[in-house]
Amino acid sequence: MNQVPDYEAIKRFSADIRINTIKSIHSTGSGHIGGSASIADVLAVLYGGMMRVDPKNPKWAERDWLVLSKGHCGPALYATLALKGYFPMDWLTTLNKPNTNLPSHADANRTPGVDMSTGSLGQGISAAVGIALGNRTQKIDSYTYCIVGDGELNEGEVWEACSAATDLKLDNLIVFVDWNKKQLDGRLEEILEPGDISKKFEVFGFDVQTVVGYDYQAIWEAIEKAKSIKGKPSVIILDTIKGLGVKLAEEKEFNHHLPITDEGAEEAIAEIERRLSEGTYPVGDFKW
Amino acid sequence: MVKIRKEIKISPEEMRYAYCDALIEAAKDNEKIVTIDCDLSNSCGTKKFKATYPDRGFNVGIQEQNGCAMAGGLSATGLIPFFHSFAVFSTRRVYDQFFLSCAYAKQNVKIVGSDAGVSAASNGGTHMAFEDIALVRAMPTATIVEPSDPTMMKALVPQIANTYGVFYLRMPRKTVYDIYEPGSTFELGKSVTIREGTDVTLIASGLIVVNALKAADLLAEIGISARVVDMFTIKPIDVDNIVKCAKETGAIVTCENSNILGGLGGAVSEVLGEHLPTPIERIGVKDLFGEVGPQDYLEERFELTAEDIVKKAKKVFARKQA
Ligand SMILES: Cc1ncc(C[n+]2csc(CCOP(=O)(O)OP(=O)(O)O)c2C)c(N)n1
Ligand SMILES: [Mg+2]
Repeated sequence: MNQVPDYEAIKRFSADIRINTIKSIHSTGSGHIGGSASIADVLAVLYGGMMRVDPKNPKWAERDWLVLSKGHCGPALYATLALKGYFPMDWLTTLNKPNTNLPSHADANRTPGVDMSTGSLGQGISAAVGIALGNRTQKIDSYTYCIVGDGELNEGEVWEACSAATDLKLDNLIVFVDWNKKQLDGRLEEILEPGDISKKFEVFGFDVQTVVGYDYQAIWEAIEKAKSIKGKPSVIILDTIKGLGVKLAEEKEFNHHLPITDEGAEEAIAEIERRLSEGTYPVGDFKW
Repeated sequence: MVKIRKEIKISPEEMRYAYCDALIEAAKDNEKIVTIDCDLSNSCGTKKFKATYPDRGFNVGIQEQNGCAMAGGLSATGLIPFFHSFAVFSTRRVYDQFFLSCAYAKQNVKIVGSDAGVSAASNGGTHMAFEDIALVRAMPTATIVEPSDPTMMKALVPQIANTYGVFYLRMPRKTVYDIYEPGSTFELGKSVTIREGTDVTLIASGLIVVNALKAADLLAEIGISARVVDMFTIKPIDVDNIVKCAKETGAIVTCENSNILGGLGGAVSEVLGEHLPTPIERIGVKDLFGEVGPQDYLEERFELTAEDIVKKAKKVFARKQA
């Protein structure tokens, strides 16, 4: 599984995730583009070689699992799964339409490759703790990954889940925090003082690493290190930017949920290709 | 005085802003009113309260359970907290806090849930509260209010603020119809008959009231005279008017944007069963989870449209004659 990673391929994969997320949200008119954009890179690493998965057999018992606890970013996960061949690419433009298999919040009932239904913030990480425990109890040697939003850390349940994971010594659980500095109503510190996120996890007994959330090699290596840690769960804090790599979202201060027009989509996709060819992808000359 | 508009059209005012403006107005003369938001003040349209009264609006972040029990505490000090989130989180996520720290503790807390039922539309099944009415109906002392238009919302918010006790106010976020002429007055607990009729009564609440009115028009075309009642207080329910309608029309259809189990249909059935057994049919969600899609699609999917109401009305009318 874990051959020498091809970071160029992972980068291109993340660009395709962004492009298809844009197309998908554009097809329905609006959506959670900000938080979808900021996880495109970690998804590209996970599904671009890190995770042990089989798109032809999504329920394979020996697989690695992913719980997207910030379930509102389903569109980024759907783009990833479609590109991996879990289901046809043309599903992506059915997002949120009647009878779709791709509802805005990640839904394991409908979408092949989605391991847990989420959407009520705080619950996904508890489910991930249960999955990691369930697999360990059944002697299945796999990893459970979980992506949590930085706003989602407001929920007390997240910290209940963390204390359980530590108490249970779940070293098969690897949590990512999408530290994109914003939640729905604004920046983290305007809504609820986040404090030192890294210290908080440390105190809760996690192995903590912080990496640039769009540095593919750094993410890959952080996961490898997390896997080598025994006797405790790991968290990797992804230092990201809400809306990263999607022009129309980057530019807006308030970018949680946005409409995507024809021109907006076209321009954003062209900008991704431009940054790729210039070698500045995904950040370009965007200044935070 | 209640007056129906001649033409029922989409309101230029979104329901969330009608709510927030009414609360800001009520808070002018009542400095005890405070708000708690949970990182959804943009979505719920409640941002303006904090902008107007910076010292009385608290956004606690994404922590509904904490915020709800905090509301109980704020109330214990004599304040009147209005708690805002989506209906799913305002009820099922905080049920124990709502129950214990607010209701059981006999506090004066007002819980507001936006995006009720099919109006959660593109947020999909995880965000679609069909169960909220049943949950709060089973909570002793709680009052449940579901206004059907902005004029009614503005009339009820001050009453909710000025009536001690726990309330659950359920609303769609955005588009609603203007049903009532400005200046119409409403009294908590007293349903209003908004169209007279003799063959069947359609008892509706919230965004389905408009569908019931449309259904009454369609029924008139086929010679069935339908009465329409806006049952905006779902608990305590207006027993007198339900019994009166049962006596006078002999057939009832309930129409709601929620699960018929434990919802308005359940409440009306209980009243009829105990007071005056009468044929009844229920329009509402038949014990299903929500789905994603535009609201008009969802109204069809869950059989909440005027045409669905007509079918049930014809059925119950036939049952009454059998
Ligand atoms: C329990 C719960 N409360 C509220 C919401 C509504 N909501 C959806 S996304 C969001 C903000 C999330 O912020 P963050 O976790 O930082 O996500 P990101 O920035 O990655 O989009 C909120 C409040 C929800 N989905 N679940
Ligand atoms: Mg965030």
